[in-house]
Amino acid sequence: MLAETATGTGTGNGEIGDLVAAPSLKDRFSHGLDAPICLTWELTYACNLACVHCLSSSGRRDPAELTAGEARAVVDEMVDMKVFYVNIGGGEPMLRPDFFDLVGYAVERRVGVKFSTNGTRLTAERARQLAALDYLDVQVSIDGATAATNDVVRGEGSFAAARAAMDNLAAAGFGEFKISVVVTRHNVEELDALAAIADSYGAQLRLTRLRPSGRGVDSWDALHPTAAQQRRLYHWLLERPGVLTGDSFFHLSALGEPLDGLNLCGAGRVVCLIDPVGDVYACPFVIDREFLAGNVRDPGGFAAVWRTSSLFLSLREPQSAGACASCGSFDACRGGCMAAKFFTGLPLDGPDPECVYGHGEAALAGLAEGVRPRADIGHSKVTSDGTPVMVPTPVRFRPAARA
Amino acid sequence: MLAEDQDTQDIEDVSEEDIDELLVEEVSIDGMCGVY
Amino acid sequence: MSTTEARPAGAGARGAFAAERAWRLNPQVALRDESFGALAYHYGNRRLVFLKSRTLVTLVGSLAEYPSASAAIEACVPVGSHAAYERALARLAASEVIDAC
Repeated sequence: MLAETATGTGTGNGEIGDLVAAPSLKDRFSHGLDAPICLTWELTYACNLACVHCLSSSGRRDPAELTAGEARAVVDEMVDMKVFYVNIGGGEPMLRPDFFDLVGYAVERRVGVKFSTNGTRLTAERARQLAALDYLDVQVSIDGATAATNDVVRGEGSFAAARAAMDNLAAAGFGEFKISVVVTRHNVEELDALAAIADSYGAQLRLTRLRPSGRGVDSWDALHPTAAQQRRLYHWLLERPGVLTGDSFFHLSALGEPLDGLNLCGAGRVVCLIDPVGDVYACPFVIDREFLAGNVRDPGGFAAVWRTSSLFLSLREPQSAGACASCGSFDACRGGCMAAKFFTGLPLDGPDPECVYGHGEAALAGLAEGVRPRADIGHSKVTSDGTPVMVPTPVRFRPAARA
Repeated sequence: MLAEDQDTQDIEDVSEEDIDELLVEEVSIDGMCGVY
Repeated sequence: MSTTEARPAGAGARGAFAAERAWRLNPQVALRDESFGALAYHYGNRRLVFLKSRTLVTLVGSLAEYPSASAAIEACVPVGSHAAYERALARLAASEVIDAC
């Protein structure tokens, strides 16, 4: 904590000297803040798609979803805590019957809203409604520059629906929206084409990292980019500072010049997740009991969870470098992503499975049988024999064959 | 609090640009990991 | 309506900061106190800026009460740091966290 006392003669040098010695912003954020800067809020587990890699294993609405009143109370807490904006998702958030009421309630109170959508419900009329709201951003999800690449992961017709949503936003004069792409082994070859799609709408491209979370536990091996592809991605991003990443590729900063962003894991420190039943997790990529901090329905609400939960307090302690301590790049990558490690069975104090120096691959190879978590069914829709619906079936990833 | 002489040494080592960074720092609102 | 408004070309970014003018916190900015200073979020251009000293927060908060930024700096900032704080205000002006009255 910075002391603001004037030194003897009241010279400013004392204060500047204090600032020189003060912790960096990155260090301060690692220690957590009294309130999140922003957070992810999954409004519903209901979804009309069944993407193979869904990080929240969505599909079926949970009967215990927050009511409209409870959801407004969450917004009230965001106002009290001065959270600047909420990143709304799901499942498919537009399937919530109170979606527009809730978004309106938030923006009226100057809580910024950015929501992620598959676009299937973003009709021309809805686009006009959205265009009339202030403090609102929209992010449409696709995972390929063509239906051939995209629909393998997100389902037949999903690309067309997303493009129609984008056309509707453009026609409604919405202004700049975002196109959000999870980078996979198959779409990493299409980065330029994706940038061109964004340019054609005057939209911003956003690339995020695939984590082996939710249904992604099972599809990650086949879908995650190779080491060579990661390096190409890193250089591509360095050349395009206008492409957003949500700081999700900070593990790549070990390759050299750091990418834009804080380059640290914000989970439980400056951001977190509120899920459809009010559970609070460190981030949307770790929906697992291990990373559950509390519930907004508990006494003290979200504020109490953020400020006092033992999980978040422990995340705000300095983290052990563990097996990464001897690596000269640890400061740059901080050991990478907790979710990536947790869901591939790796210890949290060791290399990320996609460590750019291959230490993660080596660690994975050394894992005992059965250590790796299996995908939880979560809220996935299930077939008659109880297996989760995944569109398409996860064993066939041959987009080139689907001309 | 720093000792007086350490203060002075630190100030001399810090460029104007660095002092600017000490007071104001901008980050992208999309620049923190753990959000959709 | 969403989104990023066009940033005024070079507003405050080039040339001297007009310290002789009166300035104020931009009404589109939300300021949130932190132990180390404050976070400033601009709802229009989506920029997030950190004010990393309490002195700077006090200065920005009281800017509108003075006929000029220079007068505010005189009143709020320890002698010896005036230049640094004027440059800080220039950066805040460039990010549109403060605007000229």
